[in-house]
Amino acid sequence: MDEQWRLARKSEALRIRSAVIQAVRLFFIDRDFLEVETPLRIPEIAPEAHIEAPASENWYLQTSPELCMKRLLAAGYPRLFQVARCFRKDERGQLHLPEFTMLEWYEKGVCYLDLMERCEDLIGFTAEKLDRGNVLVTAEDRHISLKKPWERLTVAEAFRRYTSLTPEEAVARDRFDEIIGFEIEPNLGRGRPTFLYDYPVSLGSLARSKRDDPSVAERFELYLDGIELANAFSELNDEVEQRRRFENEQQRRAADGGTVYREPERFLAALPHLPDSAGIALGLDRLVMLFAGAACIDDVVAFTPEML
Amino acid sequence: MYEASDLRKNLKIQIDGEPYVVTDFQFVKPGKGQALYRCKLKNMITGSQFERTFRSVDSFEEADLQEKKMQYLYREENKYCFMDNETFEQVYLTAEQVANAADFMVENVDVDILFFGDKPLGITLPNFVDLTVTKADPWVKGDTAAGNAKPVVVETGYQLQAPPFVEEGEKIRIDTRTGEYVTRIKD
Repeated sequence: MDEQWRLARKSEALRIRSAVIQAVRLFFIDRDFLEVETPLRIPEIAPEAHIEAPASENWYLQTSPELCMKRLLAAGYPRLFQVARCFRKDERGQLHLPEFTMLEWYEKGVCYLDLMERCEDLIGFTAEKLDRGNVLVTAEDRHISLKKPWERLTVAEAFRRYTSLTPEEAVARDRFDEIIGFEIEPNLGRGRPTFLYDYPVSLGSLARSKRDDPSVAERFELYLDGIELANAFSELNDEVEQRRRFENEQQRRAADGGTVYREPERFLAALPHLPDSAGIALGLDRLVMLFAGAACIDDVVAFTPEML
Repeated sequence: MYEASDLRKNLKIQIDGEPYVVTDFQFVKPGKGQALYRCKLKNMITGSQFERTFRSVDSFEEADLQEKKMQYLYREENKYCFMDNETFEQVYLTAEQVANAADFMVENVDVDILFFGDKPLGITLPNFVDLTVTKADPWVKGDTAAGNAKPVVVETGYQLQAPPFVEEGEKIRIDTRTGEYVTRIKD
């Protein structure tokens, strides 16, 4: 009876979860996006310094559907979305599950700035479908207005506002993540959502460098109520540059004693065909948390790994 | 040896030869960034606290503590008295050292007392304890599917949320790490 009780307590959150996912699908289908499914189990992942994939025999469980989706984009599909299960080794906390649900979408002919507007529209549309009007109420009863436009804040400006270092100094001292995680993130998306954008180029391995300032990558993260919800960028489609970036990530992995992944050769071979485009990964569980007023990711999934 | 991914609340580690307990724990990982483990640590001897952020490459020694099974006898104002069942030796812990263990401890039960050398420092509770419910609203039959919860009080005075079918006089199992209801115990 206790097991039934524990699961029954989640009924409202699970209802909201289902409604959010239906709204998201409707939003993209209405706008002529093709919903795709790509394999969860893949032979290579994009090597990134701090993303660990669980092994599955001598392949991996995907950490994101990014590589396959970009290969489709390169083959001529102009607008794609996917709701996919993703896996990250050793990630567990209030906002992290080792298996979670990601929404990714890719669009030809747009840049990261256009995706900001798409985010505003998507979450506004979802709120409308769930009869929330223009305001989300969080677990601690804080209100977030979804009225457009949302705040746009460069990484450089955020560092000026909340710290005494520049982003470049923080990277050089290996303190960037710590400062973002503890000094900056908790202030973002309060009252209204925040797009934090233009990251140091070394922190956007698959992102295009900005045309008029190659020291930054065309990358943004979206925050609501201090929670990192999505990561987006203008896609890098220069094969040589991408190989160089991967090499750099592999060296950082090796330096930390991590696995050096095989290079995703088929993805790299497709890059010259990748049109100018932008793509984004959004944590659907976290989006559901915001609509359900949940303080912990455990509250919006039926089963956590600990319950299995 | 512990790795950073082992860090959690109540873990006991050794830093510079002294035992520390993790009193608060937060896992933070910017999507593309490194995993960070922010801990509040309390020196188990001096009680002094500080905050430190660890990374996945960090590792720690286990705190060099001994446990001795002792019987909880009584509370006297701000002190709790425990007795070694074989030697009858008695030791005292302060309310601060006992901390929330008091919520799960009735007189005459055996608990593990932690020692650093010959200094008693605290209590290791079993992960689960069974306690009798002393106060609960009666069950309105059929009120289960909605996943409702109601407050109940157990014999130590501790209050928690339990399913509506739990009634006064019944024994329930509590997870001492989270303080949450686990299941009803049928004798």
